[in-house]
Amino acid sequence: MKVTTPNVTTQNMTTIVSAKDLQAYYVTNAYGVARTVKAVDNISIDIQQGEVYGLAGESGCGKSTLLKVLLGDIQPPLTVLGGSVHYQLDGELQDAATMTVEDKRDIRWRQVSYIPQGSMHVLNPVRRIQDTFHDFITTHKQTTKRESKEMTQSYLRDLGLPEKVMRSYPHQLSGGMRQRVTIALATILWPKLIFADEPTTALDVVVQRGVIQLLRDIQHKENSTVVLITHDLGVHANLADRIGVLYAGKLVEEAATKTILKSPQHPYTKYLINSLPSFAGHSAKESIPGRPPALDKPPQGCRFHPRCPLAISKCEHEEPPMLELAPGHRAACHLLTSSSA
Amino acid sequence: MSSTSAHALLHANNLSKTFDIRRGFSSQAFYAVDTVSFNLDIGQAEIFSIAGESGSGKSTLAKMMLGMEAPSQGTLSYKGREVSTLSNRDKRTWFYKEVQPIFQDPFAAFSPLKRIDHYLYETLFNYKVAKRAEADAYLDGVLAEVGLSLAEIKGRYPNELSGGQAQRVAIARALITKPSLLVADEPVSMLDASLRMSIVNMFRTLKDEHNVSIIYITHDLATAYYSADRIAIMLRGWIVELGTVDKVLGDPLHPYTQNLKESIPQVDPDKTWDKVTDLAELEADAFLRQGCRFAARCPAVMSKCHTQEPAVYEHKGRKVKCFLYES
Repeated sequence: MKVTTPNVTTQNMTTIVSAKDLQAYYVTNAYGVARTVKAVDNISIDIQQGEVYGLAGESGCGKSTLLKVLLGDIQPPLTVLGGSVHYQLDGELQDAATMTVEDKRDIRWRQVSYIPQGSMHVLNPVRRIQDTFHDFITTHKQTTKRESKEMTQSYLRDLGLPEKVMRSYPHQLSGGMRQRVTIALATILWPKLIFADEPTTALDVVVQRGVIQLLRDIQHKENSTVVLITHDLGVHANLADRIGVLYAGKLVEEAATKTILKSPQHPYTKYLINSLPSFAGHSAKESIPGRPPALDKPPQGCRFHPRCPLAISKCEHEEPPMLELAPGHRAACHLLTSSSA
Repeated sequence: MSSTSAHALLHANNLSKTFDIRRGFSSQAFYAVDTVSFNLDIGQAEIFSIAGESGSGKSTLAKMMLGMEAPSQGTLSYKGREVSTLSNRDKRTWFYKEVQPIFQDPFAAFSPLKRIDHYLYETLFNYKVAKRAEADAYLDGVLAEVGLSLAEIKGRYPNELSGGQAQRVAIARALITKPSLLVADEPVSMLDASLRMSIVNMFRTLKDEHNVSIIYITHDLATAYYSADRIAIMLRGWIVELGTVDKVLGDPLHPYTQNLKESIPQVDPDKTWDKVTDLAELEADAFLRQGCRFAARCPAVMSKCHTQEPAVYEHKGRKVKCFLYES
């Protein structure tokens, strides 16, 4: 296995979030019908301080559930059955499972922040943007209205947003502007760790570029850590340092962005990259055959085998282990061999 | 019956749609679509893409093409008949059979409380396309065109289908009346990249094998380039560049088209953006701007761009609305 990228998990970087063997299922039992949706199944990831970690995959593969668990936002029917999530903030190791509501509130937004997908539904429609900012800031910090206004003003100016925005109501802003305001709102208290769930989906390309620039600026300024979820590999190529590819609740491949995009190893990752249209020509592109499995009854063995063109009989009943192909490059597939083997 | 252009499937001539913005007592006309002209030939089916950022007037244009909005100025005619003057009866018995819509969100298009096959039967019987006895066989044929079968979807509710499947059913429904023109408004933007390709591939098959013309409205230039024959780039109500996809997207002339193309994130870590793009302008300001509506963001802006509206010039086999190509 020849992979010429440097080892990204360098020793002098510290892990800010670490998830181990995480299992999170949606367990429902309504009218006598028990249903278990295995949205996150045995996922282990370590996110390093100061990196942008991208999570990719089709809809319904568990991206958002994983994010919820990492954020500690666990509400029924979502249940964590196994594994652990640890935060390393201010040199203190905290177990997300044992944190109380007060503990979580204390770190949320100031240390750990979240940029939601639908900016349309996040901002209060009957309050001006500056009032929303004021509400937000005073919940976490003792400030007067004047101070919070100045803080907002200078922050929005830093981010290149027009000043008119402050006095506007959300409905007066375009989708892209609203999304940028949401990002500003989520980052105004300089969190160290930012989770972004599809921050650019449903925006057009030019606005998407503006939003990505904004995220990158914020990340550079404070050397904060960003966990970015999107199914758009083009966005990952521009922003992420490392990418983890999820399929049907499983992590199937993880490596540095360059490695994943240039020499993907897992058949699913290959498909995902090859199915994208490019400006290179009009030649017909294949879409991935079939569709992602329903997660209440995932296929036996490797969950990708019903759609995999290379599937062998072993794939049907034996789950492939996660193999280290090269330093910092992991994949779970029976056809691959470990670098140490 | 007016005969603007008998040889065109769809012909738009200086088409405009204005809305009023009220501020206190004053009222100002706001051009959502501003003197747009284009032509789709009859006979030869094509995929005509309309691309542009959100708020560029794409959807308003689509609504006019579907006869849902009347133009404020200019004309839009389908097969030589002006759409806005059609009687309701003509629309029902002829126009809606010929022109069918596909919308962005299939889950919003179908009621969650009705079985999805209900919509197929309803369309079939409303337009008297087939007899009750032949209905199942007919629908099976239509669904086969989109890679589904009646057995797969019969009796199921929309929430039991995946986004890609529901969108396929929406397309199958549109195909029931054997239309000559499909107006697809952002049909793939709710879908994953991998599902997008399957829908776009289907459009190509429909065009090649069934001679259906498709207006493909999108902001995703990559799929537009992949599937369309011609493309019109819209900006704040104007068509700023119009031509074949190879010309317009292969070698964009208008600074806005260049900006759009550059902004597509490439799945290549060596081709990341190096320049910073500027987009700090509120939408309403850009619409009401004098002169060129791209002037505030344009890297090649000249002084006259702020005061005069550029005309449409022919340059390198396409139409461009920019002073740079004046001569």
